[in-house]
Amino acid sequence: MTKLARELLFPLIAVVAAFIVGGILILIVGDNPFQAYGLLLGSALSWPDGIGYTLFQATPLIFTGLAVLVGFRCGLFNIGAEGQLYIAAFATAWVGIKFANLSPWILIPFCCAAAILSGAFWAAIPGVLKARFGSHEVINTIMLNFIAVALVSYFTQYHYKERGDPILQTAPIGQNAYIPPLGKFIPGFPERIPLNVAFLLALLCCLLVYLFLWRTKWGYEIRATGSNPFAAEYGGISIGRQIIIAMAVSGALAGMVGINEVLGNRHRYYDGFSDNYGFTGIAVALLGRNHPVGVILAALLFAALQHGGIYVDGFSEHVTKDIVQVLQGIIILFVAAEAFFKWLLQRRASMERLRA
Amino acid sequence: MLELRQITKRFGDVLANDHVDIVVKPGTIHAIVGENGAGKSTAMRIAYGFYTPDSGEILVNGQVQDIKSPHDAIALGIGMVHQHFMLVETMTVAENIILGAEPGSVVALDLKSAAAQIRQLSEEFKLAVNPNEPIEHLSVGQQQRVELLKALYRHAKLLILDEPTAVLTPLEVEEFFVILRRMRGQGKTVIIITHKLSEVLAISDEVTVMRDGRVVGRVQTKDTNAAELARLMVGREVLLRVEKPEPKIGETELEVKDLSIVDIAGAKRVNGVSFEVRRGEIVGIAGVEGNGQSELIEALAGLVDPTRISGAINLEGRDLKSLGARVRRELGIAHIPEDRHRRGLLLDFSLAENSILGVHYRPPIAGVLIDENAVQRRAAEIIQGFDVRPPNAALPARALSGGNQQKLIIGREYHVAPKLLLVSQPTRGVDIGAIEFIHRQLVSLRDNGCAILLVSAELEEVTSLSDRLLIIHDGKIAGEVDPKVATLEEIGLLMTRGH
Repeated sequence: MTKLARELLFPLIAVVAAFIVGGILILIVGDNPFQAYGLLLGSALSWPDGIGYTLFQATPLIFTGLAVLVGFRCGLFNIGAEGQLYIAAFATAWVGIKFANLSPWILIPFCCAAAILSGAFWAAIPGVLKARFGSHEVINTIMLNFIAVALVSYFTQYHYKERGDPILQTAPIGQNAYIPPLGKFIPGFPERIPLNVAFLLALLCCLLVYLFLWRTKWGYEIRATGSNPFAAEYGGISIGRQIIIAMAVSGALAGMVGINEVLGNRHRYYDGFSDNYGFTGIAVALLGRNHPVGVILAALLFAALQHGGIYVDGFSEHVTKDIVQVLQGIIILFVAAEAFFKWLLQRRASMERLRA
Repeated sequence: MLELRQITKRFGDVLANDHVDIVVKPGTIHAIVGENGAGKSTAMRIAYGFYTPDSGEILVNGQVQDIKSPHDAIALGIGMVHQHFMLVETMTVAENIILGAEPGSVVALDLKSAAAQIRQLSEEFKLAVNPNEPIEHLSVGQQQRVELLKALYRHAKLLILDEPTAVLTPLEVEEFFVILRRMRGQGKTVIIITHKLSEVLAISDEVTVMRDGRVVGRVQTKDTNAAELARLMVGREVLLRVEKPEPKIGETELEVKDLSIVDIAGAKRVNGVSFEVRRGEIVGIAGVEGNGQSELIEALAGLVDPTRISGAINLEGRDLKSLGARVRRELGIAHIPEDRHRRGLLLDFSLAENSILGVHYRPPIAGVLIDENAVQRRAAEIIQGFDVRPPNAALPARALSGGNQQKLIIGREYHVAPKLLLVSQPTRGVDIGAIEFIHRQLVSLRDNGCAILLVSAELEEVTSLSDRLLIIHDGKIAGEVDPKVATLEEIGLLMTRGH
């Protein structure tokens, strides 16, 4: 219990502190912070639209948060979730278009497999490069982001766009590949809200990631590698293999964003659809303390901010949704500040001794 | 010079110092000994103003003093050198020494006069270091001299040294003792905190022994011996000499032929080494650290890239060279590594999770899922069988003392009933009581027919444990001696000269 309290303490402090600083900012631009926050949370938590859209927004963030978490647990910093999810979304759409006439029982799993495997493949590339040649995954994942975005943009523009469509998007996927919105199952919850079965898949993935990392021998090896690669090697664990596996799993999770977006939402690949999900995933994993449950909570918070931000933008005089982005930035800063504060305390202690 | 009277200090539930009385006479080298957690460092930190005592008083030169911070202590002529050096790696020796006591005015730092003063001090005390050298270029021994100079620069008359030899090689220890004697000769007083008895006997004039936060003995060094000090420290009789029956030697387990190892930079660290280890014997490798023994053990354990190895490593006639660490473990090799924090433990993992490292992937521990009951059973067996304290499998390994961490590792490696055990520095940083226990475990493993290859920087340890002793120098086997008859001088010469 005390351990849980300790785990929750710093993220909570970060969030509260960010809201205070954000409130001061709102005051400076000339609005009432309580009113703005009321509007923000009220709109994010209203039934059914607020909650529906917040959960819908949270879905990709849970996937990318988990992706970053798995990397972190192996000592890897996967900044490439953004590129992985673009590749995966495009691959999902491609399968959905090419095999549009298959029965849903075959086509949906096929599309999901495309999302998972293509994401895994794209992330495994920097994994292999690191395992084989020791080149740093941060650099390589960033570079692969650029390549991924440009590549899918090219294919969309020159090969898969419908004739005469002014929007940079592919043709629609076959209807057999659609996954149902949750409105189909929940009475009183309108089907126009894009929250779909992929949200349940995201929750399931949290459970699976937990079981994988903490209950299987593979998870043990990944965490051992992340905790101390020298000791892992001593224990007969192949470091290179763990790096490749962890990156592939990470990319597979990021790739599942494609299921939510293509099968559950737009039913086509829409260029530039990602609202920086891959990068926000880093913040989600950090705020969630690299634990699946924490990732859910952090994803919900960021999703609520994003969704509520739209309303604050529309209804308040001076506060725009930029302020919400500032708020997000401050939260991340304060989360990062935990490490900074600890470092500062240690440094002060050692400086004191040094001066002594 | 310094007197602690009835000092008591409590940290939470722990009574770290319980009415401690210590009297240090001027111009002497005073050793404070005790096991880890005996309260010796706490007492000295109180004297240096890091902690304020709950009760009791401190006298300096007969005057009761209120030492509230290290600044007060320095003003009274007390200096302290910590086990982990407090030096800024990228700054020069001179910059480090004057840090916090900068000469010159507020705006202009007078480094030149400082450097001159440091030169003068290092000549006076024969502490040779170049004031303009950055710390990162210095050896550990030289860094220690900088720490000493730092204290002397602040006009310390009393130097408190916390485990000063822990980081030094045997040769550096010798040099260091010469320095201490010289400082005593110049009228300084030295307090040395340690748990190495041989050093206490070699360097000190008087000894204060602590156990469980209390002072349990005050003796003149010339009137005591290692056995008495060990008994005082541990609270019972301790066997310092290993008792072992005659070895029952069996067939050859490990055969190393013409083994050479190059490091990542391409330099040869081990050069054409050949030897064998048979069942039921302990073969020791003695040598000054850095002469290839670490690389040798790592190569045998499968932790060195095979492309950097030439020659043959055979276990029961089977060539191991291209096999990884996992397969070697499966063939019956266990390994107690020299650096338990780097190699031996996952410090953030629980004791339970650490107890399965190396067997975590196979029955009875795991199929695909790890069997939590099997893990807990194994952890409990190791914790009980090897007296790991505190006996709580859920604690992270980081929370344990060095001795208990080592017992956990030894228990883990013992548990697999190895055919060949590779052991490096088994008792480094371990309390005397635990050392005795660890030695007994190694001997019992040998008596059960295990082949043991032992590397240790402690000459006494390798000579008393080994049945045969190889001496390594500059990556080559310089000779083999019978540890029962060889003298320390003979071994020492082989270690340093190689012939």
